[in-house]
Amino acid sequence: MAKQTKLAKNSEKKSLRKEFTKGLISENPTMRLVLGTCPTLAVTTSIVNALGMGVSAMIVLVCSNIVISALRKVIPSKVRIPAYIVIIASFVTIVQMIVKAFVPALDKSLGVFLPLIVVNCIILGRAEAFAGKNPVLASAVDGLGMGVGFTFALCCMGAIREVIGAGTIFAGAESLLSIAGITGFDGFTLIGENSLFSPMTIFILAPGGFFTFGILMACANKLAERKGKPKAELGGCSACPMAKNCALLAKGEGCEEKEEAEA
Amino acid sequence: MVNGKKLVVSASPHLRSTQTTTRIMLDVILSLIPALIAAIFIFGPRVIPVTAVSISSAVLAEYVSRKVMKRHQTIGDLSAVVTGLILALNLPVSIPYWIAAIGSIVAIVVVKQFFGGIGQNFANPAITARIVLLLSFGPQMGNWVTPLSWKTAVTTSATPLAVGYGNAGAPSLTDMLLGLRGGCLGETCAVALILGGVYLIARKVISPAIPLTYIGTVALIMLIAGKGDLGFVAYQIMGGGLLLGAFFMATDYSTCPIKVRGKIIFGIGCGIITSLIRLFASMTEAVSFAILLMNLLVPFIDRATIPKPFGTPKKEKKAKEAAEK
Repeated sequence: MAKQTKLAKNSEKKSLRKEFTKGLISENPTMRLVLGTCPTLAVTTSIVNALGMGVSAMIVLVCSNIVISALRKVIPSKVRIPAYIVIIASFVTIVQMIVKAFVPALDKSLGVFLPLIVVNCIILGRAEAFAGKNPVLASAVDGLGMGVGFTFALCCMGAIREVIGAGTIFAGAESLLSIAGITGFDGFTLIGENSLFSPMTIFILAPGGFFTFGILMACANKLAERKGKPKAELGGCSACPMAKNCALLAKGEGCEEKEEAEA
Repeated sequence: MVNGKKLVVSASPHLRSTQTTTRIMLDVILSLIPALIAAIFIFGPRVIPVTAVSISSAVLAEYVSRKVMKRHQTIGDLSAVVTGLILALNLPVSIPYWIAAIGSIVAIVVVKQFFGGIGQNFANPAITARIVLLLSFGPQMGNWVTPLSWKTAVTTSATPLAVGYGNAGAPSLTDMLLGLRGGCLGETCAVALILGGVYLIARKVISPAIPLTYIGTVALIMLIAGKGDLGFVAYQIMGGGLLLGAFFMATDYSTCPIKVRGKIIFGIGCGIITSLIRLFASMTEAVSFAILLMNLLVPFIDRATIPKPFGTPKKEKKAKEAAEK
């Protein structure tokens, strides 16, 4: 906790660049913090879906981080979670309506996972761990970095799953490009119907999502290990990269999950 | 010094079994040879290259993944050969070679080596690879060749379970015993599979608990479901991959319970899931899913069947004592 107040004091002096870049790799929300796994597994069946999800979540993340950070001295700490949720839900509703209006095809393929951004752990996690304690500009940059990191991770998964599972890349890109007025490009087909190979359908099904996620996490761990950083593991509170920011752990309580995992 | 000889005191163990992993795997390979030979007779010479591709890619995958992970080399224990062979027996004969190779790579790399190699995998590599292939390449995995049609022109036909007992086109029970039916290349010849299974039990490589309870449970449920029709029971036991699964895949050491009591629970569980899928589900893939699902339950079965150490108080007594306190 002492470290955190120090961090908050020095944050203005500290370069904002660091707040941005930490979200990309070293604290990448999906690969390193293991947050937001539900959309990560569910919507990454194609790179276009992944991009749509990532950008939507990023917009919500940046906006909610700004508002929460601006209101951080007004919100009483006892009711902060409901307050955060109300702010996040407002932005999610705005984003959802915009997507529905301008990219209906994307709204259709993302389905329920678009409104579910409300309960995305990354957004609430950043609000709790960062925006609630830091000034507005730093929070905005933090949100942007985390959002870009999330989008990057989703696109990696989407690309792998789409190429192997469906034999296409950027399929459905027309719906996104039509906003910019570009038409006529709707992705490439890598594995055609009459080719020697056929796509490995399991990769766009749920098990393939888990395979890809696990393999990417292992790669991220390997990279982190090389840099001398701890591995991301689902091994209780102490192993959690968020541990230093966790309010419950600071009180010595820890989450219930930990006890269950160890029992 | 007795008779001029030194008394040597060595550390335990003093008695060693001659059983080694390699020997056990060799036994499994030998026991599968009859099924493989039967497959060549039934489905033609293409069985040989399919099996060769499957085995060689399994061994290669094992070699490369151990090399990449910088662990000691384990291809010498023949477990990769067994996985490749069992996977080949689980494929239709018309399978494209590259799909067989992908299956072996999934089995060895994803299912086995990601979890630490031999003895550490929680699911049977061959069965999991089969399910992965089935979900990925449905049309190719469901392309069943008519038995003996390789001699003239290759035609396809449905499997006995897809046709259904007593319907037109269903093979006779004698044909099923000899393996003259559509299906995966190693699952059809009941005689060869039982021969291999008996060899394994006689060599004490596998305990009879799992195959007996597994097949027994399926027989019992089918007897009830078929209202006492023994022909239906025999049709269900010899149809599909039940014999291959019960003898060679459910009995995999690292993915079945340790104690006999646990093995019995495991076998009954497999039997119930297989029967339920066959009777009520729209898929015919009963055995693969039953074994995979029960594989996942093995740690819990093992925990529930820990034997009581000799001399410790009984459970009721313990509870009573605790209550008194």
